[in-house]
Amino acid sequence: MSEVVFKRPAALTDTQFSYCPGCTHGIVHRLVAETLDELGIEGKTVGIAPVGCSVLAYEFFACDMVQAAHGRAPAVATAIKRVNPDNVVFAYQGDGDLASIGMAETVHAATRGENITVIFINNAIYGMTGGQMAPTTLPGQITQTSPYGRNAATEGFPIRVSEMLATLDGVALAQRVTVDSPKNVRAAKKAIKKAFEYQIEGVGYTIIEVVSTCPTNWGLTPVDALQWMRDKMLPYYPLGTYKDIKADGFADVAEAATARAAELAGDTPAAPAAPNGGDE
Amino acid sequence: MKGNEAIAEAAIRAGCRFFFGYPITPQTEVAAYMAKRMPKEHGVYLQAESEIAAINMVYGASAAGARAMTSSSSPGISLKGEGISYMAGADLPGVIINVQRGGPGLGGIQPSQSDYFQATRATGHGDFHLIVVAPSTVQEMVDLAYEAFDLADEYRTPVMVLADGMLGQMMEPVVLPQRKESLPDKPWAVTGHGGARPKNIVNSLHLQPEDLERTNIERYERYAKIQAAEQRAEEYLVEDADIVVVAFGASSRIARSAVNKARAAGIKVGLIRPITLWPFPTDALRRAAASAKGFLVIEMNMGQMVDDVRLVVSGAAPVEFFGRAGGIIPTPAEALAAIERIAAHVGTEVTLAEGSAR
Repeated sequence: MSEVVFKRPAALTDTQFSYCPGCTHGIVHRLVAETLDELGIEGKTVGIAPVGCSVLAYEFFACDMVQAAHGRAPAVATAIKRVNPDNVVFAYQGDGDLASIGMAETVHAATRGENITVIFINNAIYGMTGGQMAPTTLPGQITQTSPYGRNAATEGFPIRVSEMLATLDGVALAQRVTVDSPKNVRAAKKAIKKAFEYQIEGVGYTIIEVVSTCPTNWGLTPVDALQWMRDKMLPYYPLGTYKDIKADGFADVAEAATARAAELAGDTPAAPAAPNGGDE
Repeated sequence: MKGNEAIAEAAIRAGCRFFFGYPITPQTEVAAYMAKRMPKEHGVYLQAESEIAAINMVYGASAAGARAMTSSSSPGISLKGEGISYMAGADLPGVIINVQRGGPGLGGIQPSQSDYFQATRATGHGDFHLIVVAPSTVQEMVDLAYEAFDLADEYRTPVMVLADGMLGQMMEPVVLPQRKESLPDKPWAVTGHGGARPKNIVNSLHLQPEDLERTNIERYERYAKIQAAEQRAEEYLVEDADIVVVAFGASSRIARSAVNKARAAGIKVGLIRPITLWPFPTDALRRAAASAKGFLVIEMNMGQMVDDVRLVVSGAAPVEFFGRAGGIIPTPAEALAAIERIAAHVGTEVTLAEGSAR
């Protein structure tokens, strides 16, 4: 008798992925699905698919799924979680969706400390529309809409999303990972699972940024794309944990925010909330 | 109650427990009222970061099976257009309040009806309609907002209550409806399948043209049912009218005064007040067109609903327009003058009431 040692996670459907050869979306989908399996939460999870290459994620995950307008996944996720707080809600977004058109929704869901998990795929390009400049496109990087290379003087600088969101009081966990090696895949899995666990515990907003590749639109083989990512992207987007309030000893974002406010105020105890009508 | 507060209370009584708002004059009292009331109802008032986020929160809450609402005023409704289109595409219910102000652009903050085209034609991209209801009193703000949630759930479509700054800001006595105790089941909602049913997907993407066309056709079959069953209009003194005034919302109040004055002067004039703007009350208009000698459309805009009246009347009688724009409310005297002009133009017979002198 042979033993099954590796199979499709139950939280993935048997629909064939629509992703290009060598794209890392498939690995990240698997890691999310394994997490749903291991935590036994597929039945109470609602996922939000973005607009972009992963728009069809609603076909791939076996949990209830919603397809959101471009960039609006955090707003949609916010409401779903508010309606049914016992649901586990995750948004799966790319860099154009999250950091360009959806930046307002991202920042505000984060600063509200919404108990949702965001899986953020950063591959420095708009993939689905054929390789245009993204908010995370590197300086000098050639894309269809930065044909002479992104010129920071005219096109601005790339956004480091995890670092930026880590400054917000509502964020419980902001971590950047990648999936270019078995070791890093394991680390990414650990981070994703931690984010879902934090959500279940009600700790606050969690985001896992996965530095990813786009062999097709980068014009590289999958192997070369991974190398380009290591050589060019990781120095600009260093892997690491930018915020982890539980590791810092706090139970949730409210506790961490209170401590931070006290610290900023010079170690005095936090002022009590103004009484109603205190401005009169 | 103030119109904006009455509409909010009606929504709560209709079972709405999720309100997503953003400040904009002249609707802000809706949000302020919800902010005060929702915590007491164990509901959620959430001030969104933008009107775009607010409508997408309605999308999410509705996808999760809740009765949800947002409110705004004209410029904010433009921003909601994207989310409304997605709601229509995903067959999600939900209620949107538009307390209109003058436009285009930032326009002004005074009452207007200049979003008629937007509400009935092109709230967002794509082939779709909303149910659009137009109250003319604070009581009707209550009644229509209350019913909007039922219509939205029954037909799985967004419903817009198209009010204006005058109705939102005015105070009138109202009778509030009973709280709805039981709400419809939504087996299509994304609540977590719990291993007990196939997974649900809320989605408006259909990459195969045949699939997309099929969803459009199905939706338009539903629209045909709505057109057959939900047209509503108030008919006032229309039966023997030579001149039929057509006006909705706030301008219908002025039109009614003018009709009364014209009747007193012996002009056989009546009023049709569309209550549903979509579906447009074509049946009432068509009946009137069979005998009326002329139509006068009065709006607080440069002439928008007049196009729909002309489509229905279809050349059977002249259709004239009188409107004020920019937030100016027409006076009954101006409206009366417009009635007298069309009466002279179409040659209506003036019957003086017995004992009256002209």
